[in-house]
Amino acid sequence: MSERRYTEQHEWLEVDGTLITVGVTDFAQNQLGDIVFVELPEVGAELSAGDEAIVIESVKAAGEIGFPFDGVVESVNELLSDAPETINADPLGKGWMVKVRLEGMPDLGDLMDEDGYKVFVLAC
Amino acid sequence: MTSAEALLVTPLHKLHVELGAKMVPFAGYDMPVQYASGIIQEHLHTRQQAGLFDVSHMGQIRVTGATAEACLERLMPVDLAALPVNQQCYTLLTNDAGGVRDDLMICRRGEEDFVLVVNAANKAADLAYLKSGISEDNQLGLLDQQALLALQGPASIDVMAELAPQLLALKFMQAANCELAGVHCFVTRSGYTGEDGFEISLPASSAEKVARTLLAFDQVAAIGLGARDSLRLEAGLCLYGHELNEQISPVEAGLNWVIAKSRRQGGEKEAGFPGGELVLQQIKAGVSRKRVGLRSPERAPIRMGTRMQTEQGREAGEVSSGGYSPVTKGAIAMAYVSPELAHSGTQLMALVRGKQRPVEVVELPFVSHRYI
Repeated sequence: MSERRYTEQHEWLEVDGTLITVGVTDFAQNQLGDIVFVELPEVGAELSAGDEAIVIESVKAAGEIGFPFDGVVESVNELLSDAPETINADPLGKGWMVKVRLEGMPDLGDLMDEDGYKVFVLAC
Repeated sequence: MTSAEALLVTPLHKLHVELGAKMVPFAGYDMPVQYASGIIQEHLHTRQQAGLFDVSHMGQIRVTGATAEACLERLMPVDLAALPVNQQCYTLLTNDAGGVRDDLMICRRGEEDFVLVVNAANKAADLAYLKSGISEDNQLGLLDQQALLALQGPASIDVMAELAPQLLALKFMQAANCELAGVHCFVTRSGYTGEDGFEISLPASSAEKVARTLLAFDQVAAIGLGARDSLRLEAGLCLYGHELNEQISPVEAGLNWVIAKSRRQGGEKEAGFPGGELVLQQIKAGVSRKRVGLRSPERAPIRMGTRMQTEQGREAGEVSSGGYSPVTKGAIAMAYVSPELAHSGTQLMALVRGKQRPVEVVELPFVSHRYI
C-alpha cells in the first residue's frame, strides 16, 4: 500500500515500497502560476539525495526541484513535455513528474504526512 | 518596519483584492501580478477582447509655463514645437553618456502645458532631474492625486465609444478630455500591448467607479502585471531596466525613430539633448551591439541575463527579456548581440542552466501591432 508524504519544498512523494512517484502540490502549482515548461531527468539517470533534477518554468519564474533520496529514474511523465499545464490542472494526479526506484526502503522520518503538510502550508 | 509594510497602494488596491488578485511588490507598490484566470488567459483575453490594467503606480508629471517647451527639449530628443495640442509621443530622458535615464510618454495638453508619464521605479529620480533641468519660471509637479488605467485590446474602442462616442474620432497617440461614468477623464489612444487601446488619467477618488464601469462590460477583464509584461514582450516593446538603462543608447536599442528629425544631424535643432552628440555619432558610425528578437523552437523560457554564443562557440551577447509567448506558443526573447549577428535568420545558442538551446534571430515584433 502506498502512502503520500510531503517536503518543505512543496513536493509530494508517493511511496510504494522502493518506488517513489514525485510531483508538486496544489499550493506549489498555484504559487508558480501557469506552467509552460518542465525539464525532467532521463530514464535510467542516477539521482543523489538533494540533486535538483527537475526544472519547472512558469510564466513568472523558474524553479528547481530536489529529490530527497538516492535512486534511479524508472519513468518520467512524457505528457508534460507537450502539456506542462497538466501540472496546474491536476498536480496530484496526471501532473506527476518522475518515478524513482530506490535501492532499499526509504527513511521517511524527515518528511511530512498529509496533516503535517496542511499545517505547514498554512504558515507559508 | 518591514518592506511589506512600507509598500504603497494604488486607488484600486481594494478592488484588486476583491477580484482575487495575487498581489506582489513592484516598484514599491503592492500590485496585482495576476487574477484567478492566470497570466496566459489574461494575455489572450487582451489580444482577443479588452483588458483593464491599473497602471496608477506610474508617474504622471505635469510641466507648465512659458519656457516649458524649450526646457523639455533640452532634456529629450523630441520636437515639441511640432507636437500639436492633444498629441503625445514616446521619447527618452537621455544622459550625458548617451544612455537612457528613462523612457516616457509626453503629451501636449495646452500651448504651455505638458504631461509626462514615466516609469514607476524612476518616478522620484525623474522628478528631481526635471526639477534641476526646468527653469523656475515654470511649474512642475507630480500628479499624485491622479490614477491611471489602461484599457487594451481590439474591443476597447467599442467599450470606450459606448461611454464616450466622441472617442471614435481619436487616432493613435491623440488625446482628449471626456466624461466616463460621470467622471472627468483625460484619455489618450495608446498603450503598452501592441493592441489598439486607451490610457485613462482620472482623479484617484473616482478611479474605482470608472474601473467598475469598465469591468461591467462583457468584453473587459482585469489584467495583472504578469500579462502586461508578456504582452509588451510579444509586441517587441522596450522595458526600462531590461532593454533600456543608463548604459544602453537609443541607437543600440533600435530606437533611432525616437530621435526627432529636427534633432538629428543637419536638423534645425540638431542634438541639444544630453549625450546628443554621441547619439548622433552612433547613428552615423554604428554601434557595437543591437537589440534583436529571438525565437526558440522549444518551450523553455530564456530569461534576462542568459548568455549566448554563436554556433562556433564565440560570445554573442545577452538576453534582456524573455518568456513564454501565449500567442506563438513558444519561448521568445529580446537580446543585445553584435551587429554582424543582428540580422534575421542568424542561429545562436542560448546557455540555459549549462545546456545549449538553439535560438534564431527574428524581426520584431513577434506579434504584429494593431494600432489604429
